[in-house]
Amino acid sequence: MADAAIATTTAATPAHGRYGSMSRDRRWALRWSYFFLVLFACFFLMPPLYMFITSLKSSAEISAATNPWWVYSPTLSNYIELLSQNQYLTFFRNSAIVSVFVVIITMVISVIAAFALARMKFWGSAALATGVFLTYLIPDTLLFIPLFKMFAWVNDTFGIQLMNHWWTLMILYPTLTVPFATWIMIGYFASIPKELDEAALIDGATWMQTLTKIFIPVALPGIIAATIFTFTVAWAQFLYPLAFTTSTSELVLPVGIVTTLIKGDVFNWGQIMTGALLGAAPPLIIYAFLMDYYIAGLTAGATKG
Amino acid sequence: MADIAARGAVTISADGRSSLHKLMQRKSTIAFLMTLPLILLILVLVAYPAGYAVYLAMLNKGMNKFVGLGNFTFLFGRDTFWMVVYQSCLFAITAVIFKAIIGFVVAHFVHNIPTKGQRKWRGMLLVPWVIPPAMSTLAWLWLFDPSYSAFNWILEHVGLDRIAWLGETGWARFSVILVNVWFGAPFFMIMYLASLKSVPEQLYEAAAIDGATWWQRIWYVSLPMMRNIISITVLFSLIVTFANFDIVRVLTKGDPLNTTHVFATWAFRVGIESGDIPLGATVSLFMVPILAVAAVFILRDITKRGSEV
Amino acid sequence: MAQVTLRKVIKKYDEVLAVRGIDLDITDKEFIVLVGPSGCGKSTTLRMIAGLEEITGGDIAIGGDVVNDVPPKDRDIAMVFQNYALYPHMNVYENMSFGLKLKRTPKDEIDRRVKQAAQILDITELLDRKPKQLSGGQRQRVAMGRAIVRDPKVFLFDEPLSNLDAKLRVQMRTEIKKVHQKVRTTTVYVTHDQVEAMTLADRVVVMNAGLIEQVGSPNDLYHSPATKFVAGFIGSPAMNFEPCHLEQAAGALRVRLSDTLAFPVPADRTARYASHVGKANLVLGLRPEHIIETRPHIEPNQHDFDTMIDVVEPMGMETLVYFTIAGAELCGRVNPNAGATAGKVMKLRADLSNMHLIDDGTGRVL
Repeated sequence: MADAAIATTTAATPAHGRYGSMSRDRRWALRWSYFFLVLFACFFLMPPLYMFITSLKSSAEISAATNPWWVYSPTLSNYIELLSQNQYLTFFRNSAIVSVFVVIITMVISVIAAFALARMKFWGSAALATGVFLTYLIPDTLLFIPLFKMFAWVNDTFGIQLMNHWWTLMILYPTLTVPFATWIMIGYFASIPKELDEAALIDGATWMQTLTKIFIPVALPGIIAATIFTFTVAWAQFLYPLAFTTSTSELVLPVGIVTTLIKGDVFNWGQIMTGALLGAAPPLIIYAFLMDYYIAGLTAGATKG
Repeated sequence: MADIAARGAVTISADGRSSLHKLMQRKSTIAFLMTLPLILLILVLVAYPAGYAVYLAMLNKGMNKFVGLGNFTFLFGRDTFWMVVYQSCLFAITAVIFKAIIGFVVAHFVHNIPTKGQRKWRGMLLVPWVIPPAMSTLAWLWLFDPSYSAFNWILEHVGLDRIAWLGETGWARFSVILVNVWFGAPFFMIMYLASLKSVPEQLYEAAAIDGATWWQRIWYVSLPMMRNIISITVLFSLIVTFANFDIVRVLTKGDPLNTTHVFATWAFRVGIESGDIPLGATVSLFMVPILAVAAVFILRDITKRGSEV
Repeated sequence: MAQVTLRKVIKKYDEVLAVRGIDLDITDKEFIVLVGPSGCGKSTTLRMIAGLEEITGGDIAIGGDVVNDVPPKDRDIAMVFQNYALYPHMNVYENMSFGLKLKRTPKDEIDRRVKQAAQILDITELLDRKPKQLSGGQRQRVAMGRAIVRDPKVFLFDEPLSNLDAKLRVQMRTEIKKVHQKVRTTTVYVTHDQVEAMTLADRVVVMNAGLIEQVGSPNDLYHSPATKFVAGFIGSPAMNFEPCHLEQAAGALRVRLSDTLAFPVPADRTARYASHVGKANLVLGLRPEHIIETRPHIEPNQHDFDTMIDVVEPMGMETLVYFTIAGAELCGRVNPNAGATAGKVMKLRADLSNMHLIDDGTGRVL
């Protein structure tokens, strides 16, 4: 590449000289791009790397205040200690169950509703689609206080205690995930050519058959993207569990780590970083394997809404 | 033959129409049933609570007396409230501006390098967005630790003074914004990159032939072509950032002296931790105006795009 | 028995009339082509026959049964879409058998029919491929195969060739004709391409602005268009239109194009045109092939005239010349060796025996 560029610059005709200078410009642009990309990558990847570095340190090494960016005597003791603690495993189990069920509930509700909204025009369907989008814009930080009071009312009226149970979160999380997943799926379904369901209609498929045999398989990338997102949101949700659960046996990971590992002034940073890193692992692993779906969903979800 | 068919048609068509009507009705009914779970969820768990919040905001602390706008006037008289308003706006606006700029710049750098390397870089740069914010903020909390801060270690080694990252109002505000920018910039980067890729290469070639320099190409070609995406991403991010809870809650809990509280964290402090649910609801309601404005603009953009299609 | 009958069919979208009352009888085994510019209602008509659009008024009957309210699947039709609408996640075999499977047709019967259709279309070796592994022409064949497999009463084609490149389009056109000759199923075919319409159809239906302009065999439409629209729409290059007057001259009629140019009307048309003498808004229609270079031997009703040539377009086997008479641009087709040169005066010959006289007010050909 570089040789060819030099060869053309030395060529006699002015036209070639122009080409040469352009490719030289481009080479410099490329170098600067790489330089800044490395810089930004350092900024973006530093916290997780620092988590990892700290997680390999013993408490003694941390409090010795040696170079914080380097591990002198790496140890897995933090991991072993954390994973042999029932408490941490409980957080993990709660998070896993809640996230998986939220994904199932969300996808069932939103895929079916999105199909009806995208393809079966009925009275009020356009308004409902807009409504879905508006609810998607309402943040959890606006809803948690009234929901808190409503749950107290349910307990007073029906005697069903919704507070301080991890399974309560399965009722709460869909308020965030369903509008979002529905909105993404409406976008995906709308991008399927109209002729495809007309062909299915002529072939004699019912609405349900059109959904299950044509739309779901064709929109599978979208469904995977929506599933990943729902999982990520459910796994990362922090406010609802912080407000609605308090007993250690009912906590999910993010809240569990923040509230139990940080005890007063005694910060066991090795364990906190290990816990946070392990807690971040499931979404990161999914992301590593399904990155393209993730990015497609991200851009589709936001460009459509 | 055709005549017979046509004559037959006239006689049948009367009841034929009604059966068609039934068919249409059935389709609507099925569609309605398919959306019913969604409708119920939105009504019971989103629409009702949102309205209930307004009602709650008009009760006294014991929730046994209607006080009208009492909670609002009470808040208006408190300095902490005005500090939260100031900090919420500062936090959201500064963070969104920096996210947008960094995202734009990084997207251009990624777009500049050969296509086969782009996927790798994009994947790496999006990592902050994937880690649950509560977890990654813990890493920042540790990086900002008063006695063991890894940043201070570097500062000391280059001969500078230590910084009380979370201990001084100015630096604490800087820190929460920094973490939010760190978390959100990758999202902008991905959006801008996708939109950059949709700009036809010929436009840049035409601009290059017209003698445009690289920044003229960005200013006259990239920016106008990306205007839609930029505005919608900024509006979205404004909503999310304005309603942010996780980062401030984990990093500072509003300290020092409530100077880093945003609406969400202060509402949590007041409503859940101090047990004054009506006042907490009142605080959280102050997020509504900016959400509504952003929502109106986004909806306008979407319907505009919808009618273009 | 699969004739299709449309009676006063109307389609209204909101307040816009897309189809404004259509009557059409399509006989069994016939190949009918609906042609017209975009927005003329041809696709809407086809989709109403398919049952994909409800009809606002009138009746549609297939095989003698009124199907106004019959859902598409029970109309016993098959449709080929412009973008083929192949199910992307199914291979060719599954695509073709999907409809039969939904009808719970026995497996061996499905297999037999798919294999047979595949053979007709010469796609047997593609049966286990996915649509995205196929070329445009192959997708087109599969889409047709999906229609044939169902052995329907009526085939409906919605601009099936417009996504193909020019060469393939010609090839697939022949293919569609061959298939129709083999299976002899009543076919309704929609296109905006008049060449496609002419080459494929037993009868062509020309539509414009939601109404039928004319129904007839390709030759009928070409040689005796009923309206100015049909005259201008069918044929390429399009028919020349030149404003004119009709004048009486010594027991014969003359059509005057300009102060200096007038042609005698053929004697056999005198009676037909007599009542229009002196009327305004008359237009002479003459196809480019009826304006040729001058030749030694002159036939009856041919008349030479001199004109300045504006533009010359050599096409190989012929040369198109463009010239202006009284402000209207006309086109003639001359022999490549006739020496047509832009900017020079040339002697051309008009063959009035193929003239059309059009009332521009009503748009009717007189």
